[in-house]
Amino acid sequence: MSREAFVDSSRFEFTSRTDYSYVSEKGFTESLVREISGRKDEPGWMLQLRLNSFRAFSRIHDPSFGVDTGLLDLGEIVAYLKPNASRERAWEDLPVEIRETFEKLGIPEAERNSLSGAGAQYDSEVVYQNIKRELEELGVVFLDMESAVKEYPELVKKYFMKAVPATDHKYSALHGAVWSGGSFVYVPKNIKVKQPLQAYFRMNAASSGQFEHTLIVADEGSELQFIEGCSAPRFNELNLHVGMVEIFVLKGARVRYSTIQNWSKNTYNLNTKRAIVEEDGTMEWISGSLGSMKTMLYPTTVLKGRRARAEHLGITYAGPGQHMDTGSKVIHLAPETSSIVDARSISTGGGWAFYRGLLDISERAVNSKSAVQCTAMMIDNDSRSDTLPIISVDNSSSNIGHEARIGRISEEQIFYLMSRGLSESEAKAMIVRGFVEPVAKQFPVEYAVELNRLINLEIEGSIG
Amino acid sequence: MSLLRVENLHAVLKESMEEILKGVNVKVNSGEIHAIMGPNGSGKSTFAHVLMGNPKFKVTSGSITLDGVDLGDLSTDERAKQGMFMTFQHPQEIPGIRLRSFLIAASGELGNMESPIMKSRKIDRLSIDNSFDKDLVDRYLNVGFSGGEKKKSEIVQMQFLKPKLVVLDEIDSGLDVDALKVISKSINSFRSERNGIILITHYERLLEYVVPDYVHVYVDGSVVASGGPDLAREIQQSGYERYAVSLREV
Repeated sequence: MSREAFVDSSRFEFTSRTDYSYVSEKGFTESLVREISGRKDEPGWMLQLRLNSFRAFSRIHDPSFGVDTGLLDLGEIVAYLKPNASRERAWEDLPVEIRETFEKLGIPEAERNSLSGAGAQYDSEVVYQNIKRELEELGVVFLDMESAVKEYPELVKKYFMKAVPATDHKYSALHGAVWSGGSFVYVPKNIKVKQPLQAYFRMNAASSGQFEHTLIVADEGSELQFIEGCSAPRFNELNLHVGMVEIFVLKGARVRYSTIQNWSKNTYNLNTKRAIVEEDGTMEWISGSLGSMKTMLYPTTVLKGRRARAEHLGITYAGPGQHMDTGSKVIHLAPETSSIVDARSISTGGGWAFYRGLLDISERAVNSKSAVQCTAMMIDNDSRSDTLPIISVDNSSSNIGHEARIGRISEEQIFYLMSRGLSESEAKAMIVRGFVEPVAKQFPVEYAVELNRLINLEIEGSIG
Repeated sequence: MSLLRVENLHAVLKESMEEILKGVNVKVNSGEIHAIMGPNGSGKSTFAHVLMGNPKFKVTSGSITLDGVDLGDLSTDERAKQGMFMTFQHPQEIPGIRLRSFLIAASGELGNMESPIMKSRKIDRLSIDNSFDKDLVDRYLNVGFSGGEKKKSEIVQMQFLKPKLVVLDEIDSGLDVDALKVISKSINSFRSERNGIILITHYERLLEYVVPDYVHVYVDGSVVASGGPDLAREIQQSGYERYAVSLREV
């Protein structure tokens, strides 16, 4: 017997009656693209970017790898839902049903306790965005993407969809055409933001798409931690999430981007994340891919400057009905660059976890170092794991370590733990918690606790 | 009433249906130490695993009774809750789970409701008693432990969880003399009127430090001879060959 408790736990499983000021027709057309741009009162260059993207989208086919998109009928997706709320800086000013949604998800509390600022997106629009005044005074910018287009046009023009061009793949093109919401962050030179900024994305309507764009520019010598969380109630119809994250880590800067993806299991999550790292910069991706029905996500770091560093830590969970095609890409372009990849997956109850990785060390990237480790644990015989790590090294002075392991949970370990009084399900859950621990401990503490709670619920719930 | 009563126990390896326990009889009273000695490959460890309910094996006839409770149908964790415990010849490594938090969780399952702080203090004290490096308590369970450290970890677990009946499976293998002395001391101090101990060992060396009340010679899946501590010394001098032969003649 298996239960789908992992993402559909009661904490996320509620819908809110919402008042929308605008809901687009189903499907994707050029007139929809113009409509979105017009409603956002965008400058001409952004409309042009959208239209170019839309043309690319019409030309490009689905990727030839990854999840089956056969069930996904784009003609049934509502691309743009604008809640009847203006952007607020105080939770009290939000419509009550939206405020209650985020309160149930614990966002205002987290902001008070441990964040430098928080943003909250409800369907297509950011409804709340706030940053501590003292950071604002230091010049740190934390805005919804639409406001940034208007208030920081030069910065946005310089960076928007420059790490991931629309033509990258079909869904980056779709994203460029209909993006809505998301955050813009600029951290000035040598400013170190101590507490994280957090953005939370909530899909509340059936058959809807969410297309938020997150753009982070960490100027020279700055530091930032950014946390992204997301969830949706479960619907019978499919939902679509095609977000994009672009991060520019300038000379000597350091960015850590943590995600807990917890979409409901009716969601196609086709997401693109990429960082470009300049000299002596550091990029860290901490990814927890837990929810959704089908996911394709390969956070990418391009190590462009000398001594740039990347660290990719990921946990992927594939439960009943889930196909999670996740991984990482690290492209070493400069000398003495280094990267660490630690990707772990758990598959259970017939779930399928596929690790797809690329490590590319170019001819110029002499004296580089990389250690790639991908480990998959299958809880039962119905589940599936694959690993496809591709490593390409074009110079002879670099040092590469690679390790890939796929295994079932060990009967001997279970017996050992049971001999100390743990039930079979507790023993299994403990082994799984231990398996993810090295990555889980990198998450903000409330997410790590949540992760453990969900593992207990799912693993213990899935056994007899 | 005996604390542990094993009567005419037969068991097979599930995978091959090969019989690996061929009618074992053992009675252990509270306060007693029994040594089970036998040559390599005689199935002594298997006996420990069958007592603990390892699902690789199936009991085909006979019975195991602990403190009046028939363990026959109980799973491994239920046996642990009845007070059964074994130390492993090769303790498993569990990455990501710290020995301290594991012991606190396991003792909770066994009904110890003390506060985690109290438990934590006891674990620290036991690790000092066993000259078990205190840092190891906060490392992942058995991961990267040396052979001797793993054995000490087993003994710390035994002392902390306070079972009624312990089976120490080759606790002496791979230990240097100093570690053997430490572990022997812990076993002797653990011994009480509330528990019984079975030492499974290949060598007589351990029995110089932990003196058993009874010695059983175990060959090819059953006990072929029983006696007092003298029997161990006799085996040390003349080996197991005699018993193997006598069995074949039967």
